[in-house]
Amino acid sequence: MAHAHTHTVKRYSGLMDWLTTVDHKKIGILYMIAGGFFFLVGGLEAILIRVQLWKPLNNFVSADTYNELLTMHGTTMIFLAAMPLLFALMNAVVPLQIGARDVAFPFVNSLGFWTFLFGGVLLNVSWFTGGAPDAGWTSYAPLAGTTYSGDHGVDYYVLGLQIAGIGTLIGGINFLVTIINMRAPGMTFMRMPMFTWTAFITSALILFAFPALAVGLAALMFDRLFDANFFDPSGGGNAVLWEHIFWIFGHPEVYILILPAFGVISEVISTFSRKRLFGYSSMVFATILIGFLGFMVWAHHMFTVGLGPVANALFSIATMLIAVPTGIKIFNWLFTMWGGSIKFTTANLFAVGFIPTFVMGGVTGVMLAAAPADFQYHDSYFVVAHFHYVIVGGLILGIFSGLHYWWPKMFGRVLNEGLGKLTFWTFFIGFHLTFFIQHFLGLLGMPRRIWTYLDGLGFNEMNMISTVGAFLMGFGTIFFLLNVVITAFKPQNAPADPWEDGRTLEWTIPSPPPEYNFAQTPLVRGYDAYWKEKTDGHKGMTPAEPIGPIHMPSPSILPFFMGLGLFIAGLGFMYSHDWGNLFGSFKTGYAVGIVGLLIVFGCMFLRSVIDDHGFHIEEEEILRDLGGKA
Amino acid sequence: MSAHSHVEGQLPHEPEKATLEGRNKVLGFWLFLGGETVLFGTLFSAFLALRHQVLDGPPAHELFQLPLVALATALLLTSSLTSVFAVHALHTNRVKALINWLIITVVLGAAFLGLEIYEFVHYVHEGHGFTTSAFSSSFYTLVGFHGAHVAFGICWITLIIIQLARKGLTVVTAPKVYVAGMYWHFIDVVWVFIFTVVYLMGKVV
Repeated sequence: MAHAHTHTVKRYSGLMDWLTTVDHKKIGILYMIAGGFFFLVGGLEAILIRVQLWKPLNNFVSADTYNELLTMHGTTMIFLAAMPLLFALMNAVVPLQIGARDVAFPFVNSLGFWTFLFGGVLLNVSWFTGGAPDAGWTSYAPLAGTTYSGDHGVDYYVLGLQIAGIGTLIGGINFLVTIINMRAPGMTFMRMPMFTWTAFITSALILFAFPALAVGLAALMFDRLFDANFFDPSGGGNAVLWEHIFWIFGHPEVYILILPAFGVISEVISTFSRKRLFGYSSMVFATILIGFLGFMVWAHHMFTVGLGPVANALFSIATMLIAVPTGIKIFNWLFTMWGGSIKFTTANLFAVGFIPTFVMGGVTGVMLAAAPADFQYHDSYFVVAHFHYVIVGGLILGIFSGLHYWWPKMFGRVLNEGLGKLTFWTFFIGFHLTFFIQHFLGLLGMPRRIWTYLDGLGFNEMNMISTVGAFLMGFGTIFFLLNVVITAFKPQNAPADPWEDGRTLEWTIPSPPPEYNFAQTPLVRGYDAYWKEKTDGHKGMTPAEPIGPIHMPSPSILPFFMGLGLFIAGLGFMYSHDWGNLFGSFKTGYAVGIVGLLIVFGCMFLRSVIDDHGFHIEEEEILRDLGGKA
Repeated sequence: MSAHSHVEGQLPHEPEKATLEGRNKVLGFWLFLGGETVLFGTLFSAFLALRHQVLDGPPAHELFQLPLVALATALLLTSSLTSVFAVHALHTNRVKALINWLIITVVLGAAFLGLEIYEFVHYVHEGHGFTTSAFSSSFYTLVGFHGAHVAFGICWITLIIIQLARKGLTVVTAPKVYVAGMYWHFIDVVWVFIFTVVYLMGKVV
């Protein structure tokens, strides 16, 4: 080819390929493996919590360890399991659904993954260095200050989450730009698949919520490491300020988590009902409205703080308002199924199981939104039951649904349906067994975050049932892992459209897709682009361009080292009080921290001065791929 | 692909948006600045909540010296103007003028930063240290975050000046200049708010 810039770019293989990849499909798989690993860690912590609580006055773990398990379970599940698993699906699917060859910033995408991973690893290193964070996942001041948390546990929390949060933030910006700028011809906003829409709104929420967390964590870090006075009342600080900052991030965060799950459910239910999603435009509207309202309700976590009746009433009403767009979605899913020819595949079982479960979580949400009633529920197991219904019963069922649905697209192999259904029933029954009963435990007065309880309070049987349920969920997860392993040994022979009723663009290309996704960018002629072509009697999409060489970004090891640099910097600053002085009064820890930051800035420098010309995949290679997969 | 679609040797109109990569960069940076707005918004909220908690330290109206801060403000606002001239030079394809305006911008930024460091040292001598009170912690955090942004901007724009001198103005370097200009305006706007909320309101007893 007569290209002005024919650069030879090394295309790695093996481990180096995974460390340097900027391909969104491989980054999606990396997110899935890392998020899956942390999901197992967080799940193990949950099982240990339930074992401790299965009988009164149990002494299975010490009270201190229990606090660590409780804190790390919540933090791990939210930041290191749920978010990355969503990013896994978003990476694997969104570019394909909009007909793009890549994301807008492949390098930044990779950087987002590595900063998340190193942040998560830093957080979990705490288990081996003398104590994990133990101030709860919300890390309220003054408990999280040095007076009451003198060891390094909460330092790991502030620095680990800060680093992981950077990754999430830049990942969000990447998806926003990808969806705005990289859509195929004809893919207007109101033709975008629902999952892409929810990924879009979620990314916007990430953009506006995570910087608040970054400031909160930085302020808490200054309090702990440099004796600042943000949240320390003896220095004039304000402990309630932390609650405001945390929840102004924390409440949008729960919508960041649930919206993509809504997107998955919309795709799966529509595909397996063989019907257009009912009320598509109202779904889009509801998603935007939920995203908007999500920023107006943070103080409903603080009803008992004493903000006064006016504030409580306003936040109460704003919270209840969210039930309206959520209700729109629930009815749309039901009407999509109505009259459809429904196939109960594993993916669809998870989606259909999601609907009533999430409704229950929503109903208790409205109950909690009533401020006077909340004074009764507050800090009881009722709250625990509520948020596990929306997060496990909503988000995790959604992720399982999405994984079963898109697994063939990601790996070229369809998961075993028998094992999948076993996974669903075990997990689903286990889930309701664990958490349904906790509503009543809460109403009977069992407080949350307690290490143990006395005999004769009427809590014994219910706690035992809850623990049995937790084990069932554990078995469900093991069945899923078993399914993954068994499927990995099957031949890679999934067709492009394994469910045969695929409606969106990802099902028009091979499973797994080639590196460049689309040999020819497709022309989108309507909503449910592929389904439209099918109903018009066409075999595939109309191409929007002739076959030609495709420009690809170069792989890069820099993101890995930037993550590593942040990890080193975090450790250094954290131990600045312990590691003595290097020379004079200059602390060794600061030296280590500065080295880490120099690695980060050095990588940024290299990224800026070295132009990335990328490389071209030539026509012959594309034609060869087309011939081989036809 | 589009990265090299222009006629060799001739720069397209608005070179920062001539390629998809450039357009992505500009849009991505606008969004990033949206996130930065929330970041500074949270810092401002924390400062506003804590600014009366001075404990034994000097209160704001005794501490702040408006002539010095006004001078710093004038320097930074002028640097924003010179960065506009730089982007204008970018659009009219005058590399030499572009580099010169960027150098003036960086020098003004460095002067601002010098004044700020002098100011901080002076405050510490007055008994207004980082750990003195919630007021001092939140003051140094807010103004210091801004100062760190200025310092980063100075290093970044310096690096871009070197690249412009070596590589010239291309569809690769143009978006870098453009987003650096956006960044510079942003920290300028943040300073306007700091000047108002921290210093002017601090003078009101």
